[in-house]
Amino acid sequence: MARTLINVPPKAKKGEVIAIKTLISHEMETGYRHDNVGKAIPRDIISLFVCTYNGLEVFRAELFPAIAANPFISFYTVATASGTFEFKWTGDNGFSATESVNITVE
Amino acid sequence: MTPAERCILAIGALAWAIASTLLVALAAEIPLNERKSGYEFMGPETRAMQDDDSANPGSLWVFDGEASWKRKVGTANKSCADCHAGESMKGVAARYPAFNAARGRPVNLDQQINICRTERQQATPLPLEGKELLALSSYVGRQSRGMPIAVTIDERTRPFLEAGRATFYRRQGQLNFACAQCHDDNWKEKLAGAPITQAHPTGYPLYRLEWQNVGSLQRRLRNCISGMRVDNYPLGAPELVDLELFLMWRARSMPLETPAVRP
Amino acid sequence: MMTDDDMMTDDEATRRQFMIGAASLAGGLVTVLPVTEARATPETMQAAIKKVVGSAPLRKGKVALHLPPLVENGNSVSMDIAVESPMTADNYVRAIHVFNEKNPQSNVISIRLGPPAGQAKVATRMRLADSQRIMAIAEMNDGSFWSDEVDVIVTIAACLEDPV
Repeated sequence: MARTLINVPPKAKKGEVIAIKTLISHEMETGYRHDNVGKAIPRDIISLFVCTYNGLEVFRAELFPAIAANPFISFYTVATASGTFEFKWTGDNGFSATESVNITVE
Repeated sequence: MTPAERCILAIGALAWAIASTLLVALAAEIPLNERKSGYEFMGPETRAMQDDDSANPGSLWVFDGEASWKRKVGTANKSCADCHAGESMKGVAARYPAFNAARGRPVNLDQQINICRTERQQATPLPLEGKELLALSSYVGRQSRGMPIAVTIDERTRPFLEAGRATFYRRQGQLNFACAQCHDDNWKEKLAGAPITQAHPTGYPLYRLEWQNVGSLQRRLRNCISGMRVDNYPLGAPELVDLELFLMWRARSMPLETPAVRP
Repeated sequence: MMTDDDMMTDDEATRRQFMIGAASLAGGLVTVLPVTEARATPETMQAAIKKVVGSAPLRKGKVALHLPPLVENGNSVSMDIAVESPMTADNYVRAIHVFNEKNPQSNVISIRLGPPAGQAKVATRMRLADSQRIMAIAEMNDGSFWSDEVDVIVTIAACLEDPV
């Protein structure tokens, strides 16, 4: 699976707005480049990123080739209860990566 | 003019030639306290990308390197961790290139990793500039982050330092350019809209936005050398390692930033 | 041997030479120009925006889009978007869309949010193929649209440079 790096605070207070940072290794080949003999290099990007928190979708992003390689996405969410964040990236050529991180909310 | 007058004139001209050459040579090198890392030439957003481990794309390579470090490979079925058990690699990257007695010359960190792979792990060497080797050198390099660059210059390494220095100051290629002309003399200026840095290798291997990838110092040197329209050296060439040694010595005591981010 | 050229009057010869010249010039142009690839333009950007906004008015405000004014390398440009909103059940940002003027394609990213976000603030990194205008549009739960735009200067482009 592609290497991912997620930053979620391990602990938070109920109601606190926390920052989540995500990084995944992926070339995000735009489809607009050509190789050294002039042949077009086909598009190969991550096109969707979804984050669910204890099963509830809290963030969704549709990505286009304009998103830089090794996509970095950071967003905010309200810490409601202890549990699990699930992150899922999907894209061209059947690309799929998932990661989950736990959080303790007091 | 009498012979005596001609003699005095000749001596005067010679003295002037020596003095001006000396002055030029002295003026060329950047004073130690005026050295700046490439970090200082970047905008705040790119600096923030480097400083935040969660946002630094190089972190992906560091974590891949950590996984490689623990993986058993080769007919010896050993991982790096097996030999270096509990031993931190802190300070290691800051002192490479280092002298290798068996080879009678300095080797850089990538070469040392491959020496370990072939001689200790009995595994095939990793391709230079390949993802796994860069991941390992990123992982090792990260552990020296913040430490002063400190390559050893002694009677064994000095000849190679001088060879690297000669390359740095030599005018070469179609443009008859020397590295020093940009990086010693014109680092306050811009080239095609981009700032000319002082060329200190303070963060290798680093994530270069241009490459959209992590790359080694040798990759960067090859880019520069081909940009100067000079016959290039292949990856791993001794001339490149000599130049790496000189550049690291030139950057001595500057803190290592691996994995850095550069435009 | 007699050729057509010999039979023509001076005027006709001149006109024929001009036509041949023009044709070969045109032919030359066709072979010399690279194949033009699809590129966003301010018009396609407006069309992409219209698809999202429809006939609703697009108001300036509430959205703060941040990009470095002078981009060091178009391959990866840090972008921050913040939208003023309490993010409560009856007053929240439903979506954020980002558009560009001169990349090969007008869309950059489309984000869906809701009250669980707490704050409508997102950061990512985008590619920029040329100096251009970038626009971020926030869609509120009441169907209103708010925007901000930034002009950036790019000297080293993304997308259009082939890998070495």
